[in-house]
Order: sequence, then structure tokens, then C-alpha cells
Amino acid sequence: MRWIRRHLLGFAAVLVLVYLFIPIAVVAVLSFNKPQGKYNTSWTQFSLDGWTNICGVPGVCDSFMISIRIGIISTLAATVLGTMIAFALVRYRFRGRSSTNLLIFLPMTTPEVVMGASLLALFLNLRFPLGEITIIIAHIMFTISFVVVTVKARLQGMDPRLEEAARDLYAGPRAAFRYVTLPLVAPGIAGAALLGFSLSFDDFIISFFNAGTVVTFPIYIWGAAQRGIPVQVNALATLVFVVALLIVLTSQFVGSRRRKALENEISQNPTNIDALLPKS
Amino acid sequence: MVAVVPATAAKGTVVTQRKSRTGYFLLLPGMTWLAIFFAIPFVTLFMTSLQAPVAGKSGQYTPAFQLSNYPDALAEYWPQFMRSFIYAGIATALALLIAYPLAYFIAFKAGRWRALMLVLVIAPSFASFLLRTYAWKTILADEGFITTFFNYLHLLPDDRILNTGIAVIAGLTYNFLPFMILPLYAALEKIDPRLLEASNDLYASAFATFRKITWPLSLPGVVAGTLLTFIPATGDYINSELLGSTQDRMIGNVIQTNFIEFRDYPTASALSFVLMAAILVLVFTYIRRAGTEDLV
Repeated sequence: MRWIRRHLLGFAAVLVLVYLFIPIAVVAVLSFNKPQGKYNTSWTQFSLDGWTNICGVPGVCDSFMISIRIGIISTLAATVLGTMIAFALVRYRFRGRSSTNLLIFLPMTTPEVVMGASLLALFLNLRFPLGEITIIIAHIMFTISFVVVTVKARLQGMDPRLEEAARDLYAGPRAAFRYVTLPLVAPGIAGAALLGFSLSFDDFIISFFNAGTVVTFPIYIWGAAQRGIPVQVNALATLVFVVALLIVLTSQFVGSRRRKALENEISQNPTNIDALLPKS
Repeated sequence: MVAVVPATAAKGTVVTQRKSRTGYFLLLPGMTWLAIFFAIPFVTLFMTSLQAPVAGKSGQYTPAFQLSNYPDALAEYWPQFMRSFIYAGIATALALLIAYPLAYFIAFKAGRWRALMLVLVIAPSFASFLLRTYAWKTILADEGFITTFFNYLHLLPDDRILNTGIAVIAGLTYNFLPFMILPLYAALEKIDPRLLEASNDLYASAFATFRKITWPLSLPGVVAGTLLTFIPATGDYINSELLGSTQDRMIGNVIQTNFIEFRDYPTASALSFVLMAAILVLVFTYIRRAGTEDLV
């Protein structure tokens, strides 16, 4: 009984994590299904059709590639713009800081349907043709804030003495940035880019408002939901999930290995280089 | 979403902020983008919400100052408005209940599993939002295990879950749960565990420690988490469309169909504007307590 009480919290925590993954398990399992009728919602028979013939249904892979392309372009742009803002916020003094903060904060707290609708109102009034360009514009817009917040957190966690040390050792501002600041912030920027890509790749609501006739992967799924989602969609989504999870887990693993290596080095050379350790 | 994981500033250092033109140069492109494609659209949205229809041509509108669009839209769609706030409110409360134990565990008990558990919290969002929502159709199906179980206990008013409001709320709770867990964790992680030990040493019961120390200190996370869950849940229409019946439509569904299918731009814009205004009021009441700098 005491054992149960002591582990109750851990048990609850694991239960919640399991709960988070139940629908994903359903998606993955149904990718091996051979659905009876058009709706792939209940298990009938094992089949590898979804995986061996992954582009077999017209439109699935096209929409998938469109989403990848939109994701890459908007992530690149938003990462550059957002990182610049993060540097300005942490490293520079400027006027209008609170309104700047507000303009970064608001897109994260505005319902997607409002952002989608208002951007569509802008494009309609300007008679700007809807398509891939308008989707990319929208994606950059709502991704910037998330990049700013992620990179800013990393920058604030960084010890400014490292840069000062570089400057003391006669590194010019450019060299200090190139060889000290950038490598230290890089994991934050990479994380922000990964987050940005996953937001863009998975966005449905804002894209749907501003897509015109372009069909992204989520828009394809939305359309297919009415007439039955092909197993290929489940296979592709499972694939994306596994790849993304592997990327994140690998980067975590490499990060902790590097940290451990540094810790070993410190214990052997007990000089004050603890500042080199990135705060996790 | 990683967004809300806190910045732990290096100890004992003061970040020196330079004052130069470079700061403005760094801000300019990104902030211009946000101004043009986030801020200005609200102006066009407002203008659109006041437009009047062109007689005889459906889907065409001319600039006007037809304030009556607002009461008209609200009179027609207030049930969906109310339903959005109620569903989102229930989902947020449930998410808080579900998220707190996990966030607490990750912050205080997870030890070397902490990083992995945080990855696992974020990981579900790598799988398609739409497909995950669609998967609940399978889980909550009429002949499924969960529905059968609750029916056995006679707990379901309609003898089913799918295509009822319960399914919509369940979907909303599930989908926005990580937005609750992460800020909660960020706040709990900042709490010095010695405070909890001290309370324990002074013979406070576990419940008293929670009520007097943990909970008040985690309030910033509760505030941020409830905002980040409630707001997207209010505007969401995917859960309602995929898991609910036509009786469970939310304001997002109305805005979407009016904008894209009926091409009734003024009504849809007016509704978006009211939704945004309602949410802004909420956000600012909250921000008074939490402060923007903490939330960004």
C-alpha cells in the first residue's frame, strides 16, 4: 500500500504520457489496415498496401511535397527574421520595447481562425491572388513569434562573459560572433527551426483560409476526412512522426554526450571552465 | 510550444545591452512582416466587417459603415459563441487537471528522465493534428471499449460519445494538453525544492504544502497554460467538425463556412472581430497579473 502511494504520482505521469500517444498508436496501426468500405476507422485486416504503395492514391504525395516545400521556405525565412529579433531583444536597448513584445506575443495568443480570416480579408481587399505565396506569407507570420521566444530563451541562458572573454583575447566583434556566440546559440536556432517547420507542416486552419486552390497535406486530409482517408495518409503521417522523433531524440542524446565529455574534461583539468557548459 | 520552457539566465551575470542602430536594424525586417501581415489585417478585418452587400450580386460587398452587421451576426450565432466558450472552458479545466501531475512529476521527480519526458510531451505534435483528431473517432466509436464501458455504468445521456459535445470536449482537451503541460512545468521547475522540504520539516501535511507553497508558486504557469489552452480551443473548429454533430458547431465553424463557403465576408469578419476582442479582454486581464515579459 505504501509502495502504491509513493509511486502514485509517477503512475499518473506515465498514464498521461500514454494518453498523449494513444491516438498516434491508432494512426500507426490503421496504416497497416485494409479498410472495408471507404472509412479507415476500424480494424479489418492486415495489409502493407499503405506502405508499399505510399504514393498510390492521386494527390497524396503531391500535397505532401507541397507542404514540405512550404515548410522549408517559411521556416528559413521565419528563422532568420525571428533570430534577428531575438538578438535585438536580448542584446540591444531600443525604444518601443513593450509594443515590440506585444506584437510578438499576440500572434501566439490569437486563435488561428481569426488570423486566417483577417489575413484573407487583407488579400481579398488587395485583390492579391491566393496560392502558395499567400500560404508562405501566413506561415512566416505565425512562426516568427515562436522562433523569437525559443532563440531568446537560449540567448538569455548564455553566459555573456564568454563573448567578453573572446573580445579580451582580441577577437573583433565579427569573429566573436562567428566563433563564440553563433555556435553557442546554434542549438537554440536549430530547435526553433524544427519547431517552425513542424508548425508550418501541420498547419491547417490558417492555410485553409489562404490557400485558394492549393492543396497542402493537412488540406488534403481535411478533404479526405469527408470521403474516407486513404491508408497512405496514415503511413506518411506515421513516417513523419518517426523521423521527427528520431531527429529530436538524437539531438538530445548528442547534446547530453557532449555535456558529459565536457564534464569529464573539467574534472581532469579543474580550471574554471564551467562557464563553457551550456545550461540545459 | 518549446516556447514556454524557461530561460535560465547564467548565474551572477548581468547581460549588457548595447545601444546602437544595429538593434533597430535587427528588428526592422521581422517586425515589418508582423506589422503588415498580422497587425494591418485586423484593420482590413474591421473594415470588411462593416461592408454592405452589393444589391443583386452575391459574394460582392462595398465599403460602408454598416455597424448593424455586428448585432445581426451575434443574434444569429450567439449559441455557437457561447458553446465555444463553454467547451473551451471545460476542456481547459480538464487539461489543467490532467497536466498538473505530469508537469509536477517532470519538474521534481523525473531526475535523469526529465529531458526524455519533455521530448515525449512535445512529440505528439509531430503527428498530424487532423489525423490525431480523426483517430478519436476510432477510440470513441459507438461499439468501442470506452463507450461500452461508460454505457455499462449508464453515464452517457445519449448512450454514445461520438457525435456529441462530449467527444468535442475530449478532443479539445487532448489536442491542447501540451500547451498546458509545458508552461506548468516551466513554472514548477523554478520552485526551489528546499521550500517543499522546509514545509515538510515544519510538519505541514503534503496537502498543506501543496496548497500553501506549490500551487501559489506555480500560478504563473497555471495562468500561461490556461491562456495557451483556452484561446486555441475557443477558436478551434477541427474537433467540432470531425468529432461532433451539427448540434455541436463552434464559432470557428461559423467563421470558416461564412468566409469560405457562403462568402459572407462581413458577417464572418464581424464574428472574428468579436472573438478576438473577447479574447483580448481575457488576455489583458491575465497579463495584468503575469506581465508580458514573462510570457514572451
